Amino acid sequence: MSALLEINKLTKSFGGLKAVSDFDLNINTGELVGLIGPNGAGKTTVFNLITGMYNPTLGSIKFQEHEISRLKPHKIAKLGITRTFQNIRLFPELTVLDNVRIAYHFQTRCGICHTLFRTKRFNEEESQLREKALEFLAIFGLETRYNEISKNLPYGEQRRLEIARALVSEPKLLLLDEPAAGMNPFEVGRLMELISFIRDRFKLTILLIEHQMKVVMGICERVVAMDFGEIIAQGKPEQVQNDPKVIEAYLGSVTDS
Amino acid sequence: MKRLATLRSIVIVVAVYVVLQVLISLGLINPYWQQILSFAGIMAISALGLNLIYGFTGQFSLGHAAFYGIGAYAAAYLSKSIQSTNPLILLLGIICGGILAGVVAFLIGLPILRLRSDYLGIATLGFGIIMKIVFDNADAIIPSLGGSRGMTGIPRLTSFAWVFAVFVLGIIILRNLVFSSIGRALVSIREDEVASEAVGVNTTKYKTIGFVIGCIYAGVAGGLYAHLYSFLHPSNFDFLKSIDVLLIIVLGGLGSISGTIIIAFAWTFLLEGLRVILPEAILDWRLVIYPLLLIIVMLIRPKGIFGGREIKFLFPKPESFKTPINRSETSK
Repeated sequence: MSALLEINKLTKSFGGLKAVSDFDLNINTGELVGLIGPNGAGKTTVFNLITGMYNPTLGSIKFQEHEISRLKPHKIAKLGITRTFQNIRLFPELTVLDNVRIAYHFQTRCGICHTLFRTKRFNEEESQLREKALEFLAIFGLETRYNEISKNLPYGEQRRLEIARALVSEPKLLLLDEPAAGMNPFEVGRLMELISFIRDRFKLTILLIEHQMKVVMGICERVVAMDFGEIIAQGKPEQVQNDPKVIEAYLGSVTDS
Repeated sequence: MKRLATLRSIVIVVAVYVVLQVLISLGLINPYWQQILSFAGIMAISALGLNLIYGFTGQFSLGHAAFYGIGAYAAAYLSKSIQSTNPLILLLGIICGGILAGVVAFLIGLPILRLRSDYLGIATLGFGIIMKIVFDNADAIIPSLGGSRGMTGIPRLTSFAWVFAVFVLGIIILRNLVFSSIGRALVSIREDEVASEAVGVNTTKYKTIGFVIGCIYAGVAGGLYAHLYSFLHPSNFDFLKSIDVLLIIVLGGLGSISGTIIIAFAWTFLLEGLRVILPEAILDWRLVIYPLLLIIVMLIRPKGIFGGREIKFLFPKPESFKTPINRSETSK
């Protein structure tokens, strides 16, 4: 079976800086892969390349055997790769319901004529959409919050809403950029439960960036470590954790000190 | 419920129209104030367009008066060259004005809508200045446009009834657009363009849609304006006129239809009202009073008078849009 996501010799330069160089990674359907590395290692750049926010300088990204490295982000989202952001990016002034409803946008069939004349079809579609969005929020335990302005939610719920929003389009691959950042141990525990839950429920393949070792060691099946834009180690979490190169990347080498 | 709300809106609209018409026919609103009333309506139409662009879609435009001017000149040219006083010419004129403004907005929008916030503001400002120069020198190509001497001889076809009809239609279209899937896509771009793209909204497409429709509003308003005063001058479409419209929507609250309408009328009447009230000697101080008001409002209500909210009875939100349902009640 071929991999869900195949990244080959991916390189991204910003001027003279190679943020990512010769990055190879295959992710199989159903895997939960962790991407770790010190700050500035290029992890988020990899995410931005996969989701089309940046165009790669070199290399290819294949998703379900389709080349996606030159597509626009909204096209990639429709193909089935969605993401969350390191600093939560909700639609801050909108309600929880609207945050989710916007993600349903790709499903709406009514064109501009139906919209302008408020036809029966438009009204039906709107109320169906609302029901669907509310049911979807219920999966994440956010249904009672639906009418709240999203920026007023507590931090943990904002994260949950962002993950929910990314799942509306039923993606095959979900990219989570430091989902546990800024969470207390209790919230981290709930987040790990949530990730396992959505993985089963939506039959997801997940790639996640994380600094909290508890999360990486707890749920990832495979870990990829990066430094200076290159992969320095990969394998089982324990293996990578004890890899001398990884320890060096995080703590510096003996000769340095 | 919903039908009742629609009915109520219709009753309110008709009542407002009838009251104003009665006042006009009784002579309580003299022709001078009628003209001001029409002008306020025109400003409101134009401001609704800019509110769609800036208030809802979040694209900062300083070139709104240019599109207003394009609509005005296009409509005026049409009716002047046909030389007929049939009111339907006005309808044709504003449609053409709106379409031309929309087409130009589309062509200019393709390259410049890639820019964000301030940069887009500068680019649209540049476009506004270019258009002002085009209007100034238009007589070199089409003599009847008058260039910097101004365009005269436009039939005076705009009546209060016309402005009112277009105004109401404009509100309905904008409301239907904003409270829909398309409207939510537009608002999501304002809220966070990157996130919007990441959840699958084609932001380029929707930014263009918002910009073009907003500019069509400006073009239509321009067409009405040309036939209200029957005289056009390039100075009516310069950069400062864009600022006037921007002031209206910022004061009214970005993303508030009610706010835009109320401030558009209040602003126009204040402008003229002060002319009547203030003694001759300090008449020029009017231009100090408005900026002062702006500063005060921004200090007291930084999000504008309405701050993104709507007046409930004017804009009954469709059932599917709000109306909280208690989920636990409905499921039992």
